[in-house]
Amino acid sequence: MKRTALYLILSLAALIFLYPFIWMVSASLSSENGIRDLRFLPVDFTFDHYIAVYQSIPILRALFNSIFVASFVTLGVLVFGSMTGYALAKHRFRGRNLIFYMIIFTMTLPFQITLIPNYILMVEFQWVNTFAALIIPAVMNAFAIILFRQHFISIPNDLIDAARIDGCHEIRILFQILWPNSIPTIITVGIITFMTSWNDVLWPIIVIRDEQLMTLPQLVTLFTVGGRSLAQIGVKLASATFLALPILIAYIIFQKHFIQSMASTGLKE
Amino acid sequence: MKIKKTLYSYLLVTPYLLHFILFVAFPVIFSIVLTFHKWNIISPMQFIGLSNYKKLLLDTYFLKACYNTIIFLLIHIPLQLAIALGLALVLRENLKLRGFFRSAFFLPVVVSGVVVTILWQQLYGFESGIFNRLLTGLGLSRIGWLIDPKWAMVSIAIMATWKNVGLYIILFLVGLQSVPTSLYEAADLEGANPWQKFRFITLPAINPTMFMVVILSTISGFSLFIEPYVMTGGGPLNSTLSAVLYIYKQGFFYYHMGYAATLGLTFALVILAVVALQRKWIESS
Repeated sequence: MKRTALYLILSLAALIFLYPFIWMVSASLSSENGIRDLRFLPVDFTFDHYIAVYQSIPILRALFNSIFVASFVTLGVLVFGSMTGYALAKHRFRGRNLIFYMIIFTMTLPFQITLIPNYILMVEFQWVNTFAALIIPAVMNAFAIILFRQHFISIPNDLIDAARIDGCHEIRILFQILWPNSIPTIITVGIITFMTSWNDVLWPIIVIRDEQLMTLPQLVTLFTVGGRSLAQIGVKLASATFLALPILIAYIIFQKHFIQSMASTGLKE
Repeated sequence: MKIKKTLYSYLLVTPYLLHFILFVAFPVIFSIVLTFHKWNIISPMQFIGLSNYKKLLLDTYFLKACYNTIIFLLIHIPLQLAIALGLALVLRENLKLRGFFRSAFFLPVVVSGVVVTILWQQLYGFESGIFNRLLTGLGLSRIGWLIDPKWAMVSIAIMATWKNVGLYIILFLVGLQSVPTSLYEAADLEGANPWQKFRFITLPAINPTMFMVVILSTISGFSLFIEPYVMTGGGPLNSTLSAVLYIYKQGFFYYHMGYAATLGLTFALVILAVVALQRKWIESS
């Protein structure tokens, strides 16, 4: 009896969380008149909306831009985050505590305060309308440093000392000894960073105005807000579905990793 | 050997230091300097003393953005806590398909806010959106979810809850795992009822998680941008003008860099103050 009630609650909740996505995909494949039916399956099945999106905006180019930007940001956060985390975890040097406080300061700093000055910096560097504006400010992340530091502390010193005696220098120790022993942390930091970069819209809207350089969420946002979607629901939903698809596919394959990684963001506070 | 190692230590942290100076320290200092200036980026900066702060105190849009954020938080936080904790408690039971349900609830968390916003804009549609169809189906009158100033922010708060709650379910599940089962067994022996067990065992144990959920929700309230930007443009009658949307408009629509920086600094201080107050309040209760 109790179990049935619980299953009922869960199923109803699952319907509430899944139905909008199912409707979105099905509506994007329906004719403009059929959309109003709110069915689970497409009405008057058609690819017209996708073709219309493809013809009016450089959406494949934007997909490439997003993959390019998010990949380099992720690579940067992994390399620089692990370098800083390694120094903080295993090295003793003057200023180490100061750097630790700087990282905590960065984590508690609301982004509202740095938004305007960072834009001005991009203008001064002449990075507006370049990928540099999207990648370089994002290649360092305080939270990633903390995660790497926590993990490296748990790695025994003997492992590092043995490598030092063999003549390994510190950079090689980090990438050839520590990295292979840190796969779960790398996956966590990688997923969070890639997703954050992929889903960011505010910063791209501020620093990129050239349509050929826009990221996918930015292009879709400006397409649906601006007049070019011609207020057609089907076209808007097709562009939204296209935007959701890469992350949805990744999520379906790597569900467990996604959930575990995001849960660790809770440790932030 | 020792010197070489120290050299390597600094080499390892050099990228961090450079990044910190450029993109954290400089912007923070420069934003404070900017608040005393008038600047449209093109012409030279003009020192205007405290004018930006005086303007801010009399700015009805600034007050409106604060008011809207409060409305958002008053709806979003209780809703978020109740639904996340409720579903986490159900998911804790030993049921089949738990993994499937967990993944389903988590799905909106990973999808871009742009997708969710475009999608919900349709669900909230006045004529043919699903919510108004359900209402008219029940014989009730339609609600202007996004076109009625009284409802627009409420609608955004409901949507934000749907988008984020999956993450908080997971956080509560982690928190609930920390409760030792022996405590429940002891309570059973004492004849405690389910409510007493919840009130005196579960609730104290998940207090840190609740604090985290409240803080993360508060920060997300002050960070609202894409939702009003796509759905309402801040309207109707500025009822969905959010803090970040207002900074964006002042900065990149009117090019009032000095005033936008003043808004950014003020909102940042408000966030830090609110979070500090919440911490105090939760610790005392």
